[in-house]
Amino acid sequence: MAEITLDHIGHAYGPAKSRSDYALKELHHVWSDGGAYALLGPSGCGKTTLLNIISGLLTPSEGRVLFDGQDVTHLPPEARNIAQVFQFPVVYDTMTVAENLAFPLKNRGVARPVIAARVERIIAMLGLTAEANKRAASLTADMKQKISLGRGMVREDVAAILFDEPLTVIDPHLKWQLRSQLKTLHREFGHTMVYVTHDQTEALTFADTVVVMYEGEVVQVGTPQDLFERPAHTFVGYFIGSPGMNVLPVALDGAVARLGGEAVALPGRAVAAKGAVTALGVRPEFVVLGDDGLPFTVVRVDDIGREKIVHGTIAGVAVAAILPEGAAVPAMPRASFRAEGINVYADDWRIEVAA
Amino acid sequence: MTKTENNRAWFLVLPVLLLVAMNAILPLMTVVNYSLQESFIAGFWDWVGTRHYQDVLASERFHAALIRQFAFTFIILIIEVPLGVAVALAMPKKGAWASLCLVLMALPLLIPWNVVGAIWNIFALPEIGLLGWGLNALGFDYNYTNQPISAWITVILMDVWHWTSLVVLLAYAGLQSIDEAYYRAAKIDGASRWAVFRYIQLPKMKTVLIIAFLLRFIDSFMIYTEPFVLTGGGPGNATTFLSIDLVKAAVGEFNLGIAAAMSIIYFLMTLLVCWLFFTLMTKDKEGQA
Repeated sequence: MAEITLDHIGHAYGPAKSRSDYALKELHHVWSDGGAYALLGPSGCGKTTLLNIISGLLTPSEGRVLFDGQDVTHLPPEARNIAQVFQFPVVYDTMTVAENLAFPLKNRGVARPVIAARVERIIAMLGLTAEANKRAASLTADMKQKISLGRGMVREDVAAILFDEPLTVIDPHLKWQLRSQLKTLHREFGHTMVYVTHDQTEALTFADTVVVMYEGEVVQVGTPQDLFERPAHTFVGYFIGSPGMNVLPVALDGAVARLGGEAVALPGRAVAAKGAVTALGVRPEFVVLGDDGLPFTVVRVDDIGREKIVHGTIAGVAVAAILPEGAAVPAMPRASFRAEGINVYADDWRIEVAA
Repeated sequence: MTKTENNRAWFLVLPVLLLVAMNAILPLMTVVNYSLQESFIAGFWDWVGTRHYQDVLASERFHAALIRQFAFTFIILIIEVPLGVAVALAMPKKGAWASLCLVLMALPLLIPWNVVGAIWNIFALPEIGLLGWGLNALGFDYNYTNQPISAWITVILMDVWHWTSLVVLLAYAGLQSIDEAYYRAAKIDGASRWAVFRYIQLPKMKTVLIIAFLLRFIDSFMIYTEPFVLTGGGPGNATTFLSIDLVKAAVGEFNLGIAAAMSIIYFLMTLLVCWLFFTLMTKDKEGQA
């Protein structure tokens, strides 16, 4: 188990002349020992590049990687003492489940009784006792993924366990089960875990800290609650939540935001740099449809059971609102925003509102 | 659900049945016919039952050819399969070199069999062939036209040169299908080069290797053209394998009944081995499911 320091890491696959040549733009983070981190973002956002830098498949063109203060930047994966669970289950077909789990220890010359005890413990933890002596090839995909994970966990001293979209080939009803089991294992063993995914549910349920990436850049690092309540970038607002955050282009005027001919009162004064494109970000959960506020034109209502999602426009801008179950959509609705849900953005980045 | 019975549908398979009958079943039945009768003079047939079979199975000549055949097949299999796997492992995985290697590997397979025999015939001639002359110049007493050992070495070398590529190509295809994640996982698990071969590459190549083994077995079991051109089955009968022996009996001695019985026995042996392999392969697949 180790603390992972990403010391001013950046990576470009070719020669880097401008900022846009970087697949991974410079970042500096310290990930604490025993933490559960999720790298979340769409395809091509650089999350796999970052994971490969941590695992050692890739040497960053800039910066250093430290495990517990020790520079591992130029070490290959096998010298870094990490474990990895891949997108597709990797098991040794000809071995039994127990042999699979013993393999990493056997290769490292661990004494037989120690291996046996350790393997037995991990098999019990993973709930594979009944399958221990079955051939790994005969198992289902979710069990195979557990074996991949187990091969990392048998090594007591493993610095970090990396997951590269490990639930891709797992049946939906088993995803939940495997995810919560992973969470339990993390609590119990306290390994540092890094989990790459493009699925917000996976990231938010697994991780204590979610690292949201967009176009090669880390746009926000925070708890699931931070990401929901105070998205640092409009992308985080779009990407997390269903439906995503509403973004309304506005002109800032002290404590008032002007949208077309309408005015929205802000919780405080917001000042953006000159010439910046400014916008309000309001999650559908904070949009109230009633008799006051801005004229709201209803386009479509999706009833998703527990609540209704009302799609409409305010001054020509698409806005979604969430209505609780049973609430009716007013005939001539007006929309207002709850103060705690209003975020102000300048050039897509969140700015603080002075109270 | 009830199926509609419509026996006219059987007529649709008639063309295929006819085709198979014309080019497989009829010739085979003709051979069976020959093997059960004696024909001294054209048009006169004598029913002899299984006498030809008894004669063949009891003949020392057949035993000798059969032993030579098994020895030859065994030797080329234990050379070609491991060698093919080793070459496939050593080949680059991608890029221009991989393509070049594949083309070079495919070359021997594209040469007509009698040309292969002719190439080696000249190549190994002690007086003018590079191999034959070179070996003699190095002090080896080598002459495949009058020394059985030299003839055997030459025939085996020729077969290895001709057919190892097939094993290489099949094994290479098997290796290419292994996902990169397996190698990464093995590295992370601290596996040695040998462990990677033993637990990842070999199991993943198993199916193609069984096919390679089967193909090489069948092909080598009916080898005829190359040794016929190279040694003509000699010196003496040293390289007379089953097919050569068969042709000697049928065409050389015009002993049709005996030759037909040999054909059938020979056919049944190949069939038996194929069935064995097929059973082994399918049994393994069921075990995996």
